[in-house]
Amino acid sequence: MTTALGKIKGMGSAKSGTSHWWMQQVTALALVPLVVWFLVSMVALIDADHATMVAWIKNPFVGVLLSVFMVMLFYHLMLGVQVVIEDYVHNELLKMSSLILLKFSIALVGLSGLFFILRITLGS
Amino acid sequence: MSHPDRPLSPHLQIYKWQLNMLLSILHRATGTSLGIGTLGLVWWAWAVSSGPEAYRTFQSAASHPVGQIILFGFSYALVFHSLNGIRHLFWDLGMGFEKKTVTRSGRAVLILSAVLTIGLWLAGYQLAGRISLF
Ligand code: HEM
Repeated sequence: MTTALGKIKGMGSAKSGTSHWWMQQVTALALVPLVVWFLVSMVALIDADHATMVAWIKNPFVGVLLSVFMVMLFYHLMLGVQVVIEDYVHNELLKMSSLILLKFSIALVGLSGLFFILRITLGS
Repeated sequence: MSHPDRPLSPHLQIYKWQLNMLLSILHRATGTSLGIGTLGLVWWAWAVSSGPEAYRTFQSAASHPVGQIILFGFSYALVFHSLNGIRHLFWDLGMGFEKKTVTRSGRAVLILSAVLTIGLWLAGYQLAGRISLF
């Protein structure tokens, strides 16, 4: 297989392309257990009132997992959206501007999500 | 056609791979939809962090029939994209590339994602007392 890890990891001339691909895999892999955990938790917390939800998030274990989930999710999304744009937008200027706009928006939304989780975790 | 043994272009077998084409399109469609769905996730986090009032507003939107349909759609997208994503990860390890395996795993992803999503919702509705399965 030409996709042997040793050949791809950090080698070849397309360095940034390689690391983009690699991070897409890493975030995807991390998301597998996180998504399972998140979905099961949301089902278990269906109809939970505000106090219950806050108490759940304040559990340090949950707070850490939710933060990691946010980071992995938005990193993965950013990399994924980049691939989609690069596939469909060929005009160089349009490509660059849509990439910057989308990545900035995704970072903004993602960091907000992380901030809100931390706000709950650290709130009194 | 002086060289009948040359590969035909476009490759004819591509047209038989409709299942895989569907899954490939769905992976992209679910990935980008989930990207929009993250707004809902952040809304949830904001609502919880803002207090009972904001959380109640979120809850009434989420439990409204329209909200439930949207949430069902996103949950299906998430389950499908995750399962199919695992399939992608195996391919990137160089595994599961045989034609038969690709078709089989594709079919499994389609069926499993539907079953798991419906199962999650049945479990949730049962827990919430909205339905009574047992
Ligand atoms: C268990 C969770 C997930 C796994 C295993 C996973 C896996 C993957 C993989 C392997 C790819 C690359 C596909 C390729 O090589 O063409 C991908 C693409 C993508 N993912 Fe995910 N993903 C997951 C969750 C998510 C979530 C939650 C989102 C949205 C927030 C998302 C958004 C995307 C996007 C936008 C793409 C690009 C689609 C494309 O290139 O066609 N993924 N995902």
